[in-house]
Amino acid sequence: MIPPVLRRSALRVRRDTGFLAAGVPPHLALVPVWSWGATAAAETGNWALVLIAPVALILLGVPVLTAVQRYRHRALLGVDIPRPTPTPERWSWAAVARRLSLTRSWRQLGYHLLLGPLVAALELSVLAVAAAGLVGAITFGWVWALPVGVRQDWFGYATQVPCYTVAGIALLCAVPWMAGAVARTESRFASALLGPSRAQRLQERVEYLAGSRTDLIEAVDAERRRIERDLHDGTQQRLVSLAVNLGLAMATRPDLPGEAREVIAEAHLEAKEAIAELNDLVRGLHPAVLEDRGLDAALSGLAARAPLPVRLRVDLEERAVPAVESVAYFVISEALANVTKHARATRAEVTVRRVGKVLRLNVTDDGLGGADVSAGTGLSGLAKRVGSVDGTFRVSSPVGGPTTIAAELPCER
Amino acid sequence: MRAVIAEDSVLLRIGLVKVLEMGGFQIAAEVGDGEALLAAVEEHRPELALVDVRMPPGFTDEGVRAAMVIRRRWPRTAVVLLSQYVEERYAADLLATNTSGVGYLLKQRVADVGEFVEAVQRVADGGTALDPQVVAQLLLRRDSDPLDRLTPRERDVLGLMAEGRSNAGIAEALTVSESAVAKHINNIFAKLDLPVIDTDHRRVLAVLRFFGASQA
Repeated sequence: MIPPVLRRSALRVRRDTGFLAAGVPPHLALVPVWSWGATAAAETGNWALVLIAPVALILLGVPVLTAVQRYRHRALLGVDIPRPTPTPERWSWAAVARRLSLTRSWRQLGYHLLLGPLVAALELSVLAVAAAGLVGAITFGWVWALPVGVRQDWFGYATQVPCYTVAGIALLCAVPWMAGAVARTESRFASALLGPSRAQRLQERVEYLAGSRTDLIEAVDAERRRIERDLHDGTQQRLVSLAVNLGLAMATRPDLPGEAREVIAEAHLEAKEAIAELNDLVRGLHPAVLEDRGLDAALSGLAARAPLPVRLRVDLEERAVPAVESVAYFVISEALANVTKHARATRAEVTVRRVGKVLRLNVTDDGLGGADVSAGTGLSGLAKRVGSVDGTFRVSSPVGGPTTIAAELPCER
Repeated sequence: MRAVIAEDSVLLRIGLVKVLEMGGFQIAAEVGDGEALLAAVEEHRPELALVDVRMPPGFTDEGVRAAMVIRRRWPRTAVVLLSQYVEERYAADLLATNTSGVGYLLKQRVADVGEFVEAVQRVADGGTALDPQVVAQLLLRRDSDPLDRLTPRERDVLGLMAEGRSNAGIAEALTVSESAVAKHINNIFAKLDLPVIDTDHRRVLAVLRFFGASQA
């Protein structure tokens, strides 16, 4: 039985040496081209060749060699070199110009032309070490197979041959380490030079994240709408119906004993209060009128229901995208709720203005001030919600008031 | 008087039928969406249509749109809109052409059966019934200088007037005498530069026009 540690390292050596061996031909492929080019240029004095060669190589050789290297890394080493954003492959002068103008074409050419031979040399030396080690290690064995006379005449086998064998085993022990180091270094260079650049990778990542965030925000909005619909069609209608029936009982049965009437009156009151509370909650989720008539229309109900006088100034010529309207509504709704709960204010003012592509919200009250974004979860939640659409959020609340909450939301994407 | 009811919640529809019957209405039809409502009104020509705002298929303002069609095509049918929430914008649409025979109330008001029946009858007789919350939204929207000149009591009276109440109704709500109400009303009209009008209904019209409801 082979111990698992040995088996793993044997597998790794086989993988790494296989990978290195497969790397030699593609890495050397351009050597004849460039040595021929250099000699021809030197002999004929025609230096245009030196200029034309890389261009021809970028157009013809580099894509093929890059594909080979990508395949070799994936198949033999399990390393995926991402494909840079694909360019149109149809032949045209514009496509040629674009390909030549890409820095990554020149990076790739650099890899194949200059780094390739260097890497090939490293690969070959690792393979040579492995071969030498193998030969050395078994010297002792095959010398023993020779007739005794030959053995003694040709080799000082008692002294030299064991040295060869020990040296060979030592080399063989070094091979896994060397092969691993060369393979790792090579694949790092290949990823850096053949794959997309860091800037491009980051850009792609940012695009992906921005897209998924937008999707998430839309999903949250859709979920709020769904909950609002469900409550509106279900529980709210049931509660109203309950209150109506209790009202009917009171109106149509004046003959009931006093106690029963009292119980019904109590239940009637409770039902009406439950309706009012649920209405406030559901209205905060996502009012239907916001979708239907926009932010301006939706704010009337919000401001009118606040328990303190609210002055509302809205100046919107066109509607913002739904996600932004939804955030704006939420911010004003929560800000007014905060004013009611904490500020001990006598009045509040809400202004909403669209300036260019930015929606500016301001909620000011004449209360005590001293609100802190880092203290309460309410204000920091608002800041996060505003941040989710790339908006800015500021709170100014000196002790003694007034408190102003200002948010700016970009209306377009 | 005959009435048509449009409400998509079956449960609530049963309650509405009972309440209207209690108020002496005869129910000509019960339907569940705007198109069926228009067909029912065309067929029965009722004195009153009691209409839910959010109905299939879109569940937004189907009731408001159906109500506007009814008011244009069958002006003798009074319309009372019911909704879970009232919106000043819908009220503005509804009142844009004519403020007689119109009501816009929160659904929860139906639970106060007596007052609700009274309001519906007032609308069926050509009056107006606006929910206090609609009036509050309208007041909020018209926050220009003339309103600042009103005393808090005068603002209360103005709100009740806009809801469609008569002098007697306002007096009862504020527990003051009718002559005090009349005095407040004269002050309000003077401060807002509105023409002095005797009939309740035309007075409501003037007030609503002042709010800008009819400009939308």
